Amino acid sequence: MESIEFIIGSYLLTFGAIAVVAARMLRRARSLSHRVPDEEKYWL
Amino acid sequence: MTTPTTPRSTGTRATRVIGIAAIVMSAWLTLFGLVLSPADVAQGDAVRIMYVHVPSVWLAYLAFIVTAICSVWVLVARGRVPGVDRVAGASAEIGVVFMAVTLVSGMLWGRITWGVYWQWDARLTTTALLFITYIGYLAVRGLDGSPEQRARRSAVVGVVAVAEIPLVHWSVRLWRSLHQEATVLDTDLDVDIDGLMLFTLFVGVIAFTLWFVWFVLHRARVMALAALVEERSLDEALAERATEVPAGGQN
Repeated sequence: MESIEFIIGSYLLTFGAIAVVAARMLRRARSLSHRVPDEEKYWL
Repeated sequence: MTTPTTPRSTGTRATRVIGIAAIVMSAWLTLFGLVLSPADVAQGDAVRIMYVHVPSVWLAYLAFIVTAICSVWVLVARGRVPGVDRVAGASAEIGVVFMAVTLVSGMLWGRITWGVYWQWDARLTTTALLFITYIGYLAVRGLDGSPEQRARRSAVVGVVAVAEIPLVHWSVRLWRSLHQEATVLDTDLDVDIDGLMLFTLFVGVIAFTLWFVWFVLHRARVMALAALVEERSLDEALAERATEVPAGGQN
């Protein structure tokens, strides 16, 4: 495969961005959810 | 003795199903994109970047259109729909992330096909402008004011900013551009791509659409939690202040 470093890099960048944003969001969700009672969470 | 229960976070059965489906589709996309789909006659293996680049920009456009629709709703309701405003903001945030991914994956693709990472070409420049516009939208969301004021103010930007998308999309026709024209549909709406390549692209679009739904649901709920925490903190501070003021006295 030609230019493999750019091709693999683009996949790593894309899925790496998804993983980082998802992890940060879930961490923030967990920390905030401790401070709000479950009955106030409209999605439950 | 009661066992303390762990507070529930932003996940539900629906988000878990969507998240698992997005992971499975992303794995499929990687398998088809890197291994099973054929190399392009003209671009060779560089075409494999298309399978993450095109779905990323699709997701960004989708996110900004959702932001615009929610913004219209917010304006019609004069800012009194906090849930809709949160979806607008969540969608814009996700759009900005995927627009950044689009720009960088496009630079990597450009380095292979054009020999340079960046050219001040019509498509690249208008895409960068769109990215900067939505960073501006997020900055406007963070300005001071009541929740209704902030919602209305950012909704105006959300409605105006979406007008840039047709400009970005048609830039390759309006100006002479290095960037290739639409990959799947040409001007006659004929599908002009190999079957397995089209299938891989389709898998990518489905995977990224699932990611979009998953991200927006979680992000909007995180925003709701943050608003509730802020409200509770304010109530606690007011209650504390009230106990400090001596009975019948003023401070």
